[in-house]
Amino acid sequence: MSVVTTDSAQLAPAQLRAENLTLGYDGPDIIRDLSLDVPSGQVTTIIGPNGCGKSTLLRALGRLITPRSGQVTLDGVALPQLSSQHIATCLSILPQTPTAPSGLTVADLVSRGRHPRQKWYQQFSAGDQAAVEAALVETDLADLADTPLEDLSGGQRQRAWISMTLAQDSGILLLDEPTTYLDLAHQVDVLELVRRLNRRNGRTVVMVLHDISLAARYSDNMVVMKDGGIVASGAPQEVVTARLLQEVFGLNAHIVTEPTAGRPHVIPLGTSSSTA
Amino acid sequence: MTATKSPQRVDGAAARPAAGRSRRQRLRGLLALLLLLFVSLLISLCVGSQPSSVSEAWHAIFTPSGTVMDVTIQELRWPRTILVVVVGLCLGLAGTLVQGHTRNPIADPGLLGVYQGAALAIVAVTAIAGEVAPLAQALLAFAGALAAVVLVFLIGSAARYGATPITLVLAGAAVTALCSGLVAGIVLLNDQALDTLRFWQVGSLAVRNDALEVIWPFVVAGLLLTLANIAPLNALALGEDTATSLGVSVLRARSVGIAAITLLAGCAVTLAGPIAFAGLVVPHLARALMGPDYRWLVPAAALAGATVLLLADTAGRVIARPGELSVGVVLAVIGAPFFVYLARRRKLVAV
Repeated sequence: MSVVTTDSAQLAPAQLRAENLTLGYDGPDIIRDLSLDVPSGQVTTIIGPNGCGKSTLLRALGRLITPRSGQVTLDGVALPQLSSQHIATCLSILPQTPTAPSGLTVADLVSRGRHPRQKWYQQFSAGDQAAVEAALVETDLADLADTPLEDLSGGQRQRAWISMTLAQDSGILLLDEPTTYLDLAHQVDVLELVRRLNRRNGRTVVMVLHDISLAARYSDNMVVMKDGGIVASGAPQEVVTARLLQEVFGLNAHIVTEPTAGRPHVIPLGTSSSTA
Repeated sequence: MTATKSPQRVDGAAARPAAGRSRRQRLRGLLALLLLLFVSLLISLCVGSQPSSVSEAWHAIFTPSGTVMDVTIQELRWPRTILVVVVGLCLGLAGTLVQGHTRNPIADPGLLGVYQGAALAIVAVTAIAGEVAPLAQALLAFAGALAAVVLVFLIGSAARYGATPITLVLAGAAVTALCSGLVAGIVLLNDQALDTLRFWQVGSLAVRNDALEVIWPFVVAGLLLTLANIAPLNALALGEDTATSLGVSVLRARSVGIAAITLLAGCAVTLAGPIAFAGLVVPHLARALMGPDYRWLVPAAALAGATVLLLADTAGRVIARPGELSVGVVLAVIGAPFFVYLARRRKLVAV
């Protein structure tokens, strides 16, 4: 019954859209009246200064917080009208710092990604097993399947978590700062994986990143946020300009074109406060 | 010198927690537990003021002919053994669930106010109405335990984001403190209540046989809720956000879990009084054997709980002959050092 994603199978991700979202936790609104069409089958990265509401938006897209007003829709249907289990088959979200119990192995973790595909009376099926193995192979973790998570390096651990969301077999992948705490090589490692997942299966990816150059390098589409609203969006070449960085981050910077893929690369010069 | 030594020990390979267990290893662990339980059952049946052989026990249960030993085993030891098994199973499961839901490795079922709620009900009624028959006392304990957890849940849910592990633990601490304060107050003023409390508190399994006949549906309900909670618990162990991402309704999973903990711990406290340490130690035993997967942990905790309690109860009957030491006392005396050993042997586990 369950569909197993093999290496080259194309996914048909649902259309994810935010309509007039107003979001907040305890105090004032963090995001006000924000609308966003997430381009299907592309890698979209949300950037913006600390506290601008990037993660909050991502959490709302993944139904981890309920909007104060407005709605998030999947193929035109508002999330509250769908069962959480159904949503889980279309969309998976990886929170910023996920936690796992001691002794949990990579394979254990990845197989928990099958949860939304299982009924309580069902055993772990051959299809589930195949999906887990495919996810492990896709993330280069097959050799580490029986290793406990706490014995992995930061980069491997992040790959293991991504692998779990792959086993979920959903067309949309939301990643909240997947490169936090990783050194540069591991950041690149994770981002290469994310892009590969997009290119190979046509997954829609939305992620929050801090490093603008890396974001420009690995995204088809960038969304720039400031003070709870979207100030710019589009291809990295159009979005990442010296003027925008000054406006949004208060950062003086040169933008150069990096030589391999022709993407914009940020050379920071100083902040407004330090040069003023 | 010791200060430099201990971190190395913690990081060493020997300190690695149970990990990467294959299905076969875990099956073997479960079988070993089953065997241990069976042996403990036999010991519990055969040991007493008049020890019997295994064949006598067999004779008494399957082909009774009315000998003194048959009657002893059938009327006294068999019901008591069953009772101990049920209580152990309840405590093991309640402990596993409470540690899983609070993600706190030192949580025990008493955390939600079960024990103090039960004690308060018994003490208050004794103070008002005089001596209470054992069965009524057991049912009072049950009602008190349920009432305490409902109160804890209500207070915990009043927080802005509903009942989270932290608000529940805090509410549990508050209700426990409130109840124990009231218990202490009543007991100071009323000698009979003090006697009742003292007797109930040490956790004796000798007098409450008939409570099981009334209370078993609640045990069954607790078991069913536990089974329904296994898959959501596995998802919740990855954090609430990840669980939601996996399609688990966190609120529903927590509610089912708390209902199961309440029923199981409430039944245990009703049948045997507050037995410290079983609910705390058994989940650690089960995790050491099975790793963190609740599909294996739950059956292991049930078996281990029953076994541990049977052994403690039997030991209590042997040590203090001709009287007996209550199972709560035995467990506390054996359990405390064992827990220290567990805590020192392995690096601190995250649940």
